[in-house]
Amino acid sequence: MIPLEAYVAVSAILFMTGLIGVLVRRNFIVVLMCVEIMLNAANINLVAFSHYLESMAGQMAALFIIAIAAGEAAIGLAIIIVVFRGKIATNVDEINILKW
Amino acid sequence: MMWLLFGYFSAVSIVAGVMTVAFRNPVHCGMALLTLLLHVAGLFVLLNAEFLFAVQIIVYAGAILVLYLFVLMLLNLKTEEQHLHRKYKLSLIAAGVILGELLILLIQSPYGGVKGTASPQVILETGPSQAIGITMFSDYLLLFEIVGVFLLGAVIGAIVLAKTPSEVGVKTETENS
Repeated sequence: MIPLEAYVAVSAILFMTGLIGVLVRRNFIVVLMCVEIMLNAANINLVAFSHYLESMAGQMAALFIIAIAAGEAAIGLAIIIVVFRGKIATNVDEINILKW
Repeated sequence: MMWLLFGYFSAVSIVAGVMTVAFRNPVHCGMALLTLLLHVAGLFVLLNAEFLFAVQIIVYAGAILVLYLFVLMLLNLKTEEQHLHRKYKLSLIAAGVILGELLILLIQSPYGGVKGTASPQVILETGPSQAIGITMFSDYLLLFEIVGVFLLGAVIGAIVLAKTPSEVGVKTETENS
């Protein structure tokens, strides 16, 4: 039987990988992919706790997170298309009109 | 056997996550993300969540990732010379410190709690999909409806955002002039 700590550790490592990606990458689309990594790490955590506490609540939350992730991907990619159409590059550094 | 599968799935998913962050070409990042999603689905099977395994593969790997690849194809990006920030080492060090702290705390802390009603035997009596369906349409019905409205809003928002390039272009031109 695999202990719960192992799953939690894997989830923490994946979450930090995604966080590093969000901080480090310059391409907007890859930043969104790293957000997906973080959502997946949260899902592992939820499903692991759901299994070890013998409750359905964690799996439900993971299911809803997947639905939210689909919506987030659609909106994020639409924003990327709009930004790209305005001849602004897809680099996160160069989208700085709001910055003073 | 469980440990072997767990080690394989977790190691490959972590390596694929690192590759998603590290690859230069966005399409390669997408492929690494696909590997990660499939192996996370494997972890779900080890946790007795067969329905989530199927949803993960169908929705994540089948729909969301294809959406990403479509947008990459439409934008036709060049591979950049500099794909990381200039000061990326600083954030790597900070993230490493936070990760170490997090792991120590998570592994040391005791886990426990009241066990729920959905033990593996109960789930096996009806089957995992039916157990999830009964829970979703009884206890979580309101959340289910809210997610439906959210997805409708997301679809409408995406259509409005990505609509008719000429109109958006005319607006920005008049604003500029």
